[in-house]
Amino acid sequence: MAYNDKVIDHTENPRNVGTLDKEDPNVGTGLVGAPACGDVMRLQIRVGDGGVIEDAKFKTFGCGSAIASSSLATEWLKGRTLDEAERIKNTDIVTELNLPPVKIHCSVLAEDAIKSAIDDFRKKQASRRAQG
Amino acid sequence: MALELPIYMDYHATTPVDPRVLEAMLPYFTKRFGNAASRSHRFGWEAEEAVGAAREQVAALIGAEKPEEIVFTSGASESNNLALKGAAEFYAERGNHIVTTKVEHKAVLDTCKNLEKHGWQVTYLDVDPQGLVSVESVAAALTDKTVLVSVMLANNEVGSIQPIAAIGALCKERGVLFHVDAVQGIGKTDFDVRAMGVDLASITAHKIYGPKGVGALYVRRSKPRVRLAAQIDGGGHERGMRSGTLNAPSIVGFGKACDILRHGWREEAARLAGMRDRLARHLTSSLDHVFLNGPALDSGKRLPNNLNLSFAYVEGEGLMMAIKDVAVSSGSACTSASLEPSYVLRAIGVDEELAHTSIRFGLGRFNTDEEVDYVGDLVVNKVKKLRDLSPLYEMAREGIDLKSIQWAAH
Repeated sequence: MAYNDKVIDHTENPRNVGTLDKEDPNVGTGLVGAPACGDVMRLQIRVGDGGVIEDAKFKTFGCGSAIASSSLATEWLKGRTLDEAERIKNTDIVTELNLPPVKIHCSVLAEDAIKSAIDDFRKKQASRRAQG
Repeated sequence: MALELPIYMDYHATTPVDPRVLEAMLPYFTKRFGNAASRSHRFGWEAEEAVGAAREQVAALIGAEKPEEIVFTSGASESNNLALKGAAEFYAERGNHIVTTKVEHKAVLDTCKNLEKHGWQVTYLDVDPQGLVSVESVAAALTDKTVLVSVMLANNEVGSIQPIAAIGALCKERGVLFHVDAVQGIGKTDFDVRAMGVDLASITAHKIYGPKGVGALYVRRSKPRVRLAAQIDGGGHERGMRSGTLNAPSIVGFGKACDILRHGWREEAARLAGMRDRLARHLTSSLDHVFLNGPALDSGKRLPNNLNLSFAYVEGEGLMMAIKDVAVSSGSACTSASLEPSYVLRAIGVDEELAHTSIRFGLGRFNTDEEVDYVGDLVVNKVKKLRDLSPLYEMAREGIDLKSIQWAAH
């Protein structure tokens, strides 16, 4: 099974690699997967006042398809509202990266990471409102 | 000489045909194409003579007493099947028990699983963290129902060289047949069927610079005379043990490959060990958190061309993609059809996390020091890059114990 060009491009030039301050109230962090399963994704978003994602960063331990799926996810997240971001489906990633069936779980993990980051952000906001 | 890409460092999987082997084979495709079983004309005689010469070359490499003890097959999977099923079927009245190890090749393990469906009991012995089975554990597993012991000469993933001579002596003493899957070891470590008390041995050409699709089963003819039930019926070729027209061109190549090894394998093994050690030094001196899987390099219990390393926090397939101009393999789940990490690494007690980060380098005849240095630099560079990308490496550096985290298994 040869690697396809889009996956290779994302792994050789991953977009938006990095770390946002997870203590920042405007940052949501999603950490999904498990080292024993061979893939772990951390995806972070920073959300502006209008509910628009201003920045997204990732770090991934995993195969090329896992790295590419999370790299692509960060590209898609920037500039979207949370509601729009929530509508990103793993199948969109599969289609864009042309992932083979054995790699579909990488796209599922990326969708989980997006949802988990949004969740984390919303929980933070809710607890801030409760405190405020 | 300029470096050519891609670089092949997966010689445990297969090897290219040595040009000398190819040259020996070529006439047998066209001019000397006869059927070795044709007794009535020159074409047949020529092929029979060539097969006979190859039989002698194969026999000589493994220390067989007579060339007739070599049964040509389509490769080691067939040889392993014939050895185990053939002996089980022929010696069924002696018992119903087989002893093997957890780190054998699938061609042995799956054949054993198949025999279990037909009433056979199989003991799969544990190995130590070096991948070695102890003679004591083999001895303890033998019962009065044991017909056969099957242990590989050397492991294909972590290179462990098993104590074949000691197990052979034990089997002789207890009157049990001894089969050795010698595929990975011949031409890289000592192997002599007579000196080591081996009754059956599987070998294949494509791991020793011969063609694919041809192998052999050594079947001892005296003390004891080993009999097998044929698994392929037909014209009664190969002393009735394996019917089918002999693949003369490939058998000639197989013989030549064995002959080349017999006259120089020790020098080659030393050269491979030198390159392997150079690569290991390069990688372990430039990177932290690198772990060797299998026996120590200088233990004398590891194939000279095998290096199996875990690069913690970097997933194996991700690394292989990053070094895609270099052919290696990984024990990572992602590279296998089953999505399970390597059963061999699991058997030697490697953590699942580390199994996912393992890379197997298999050096061979056509690798050069320049290639070793290039691969060393490339792997160091890419591991660093991928660690910058790894949330696990970042967490480990922050002092977070990764085992303390509740990961959601998926």
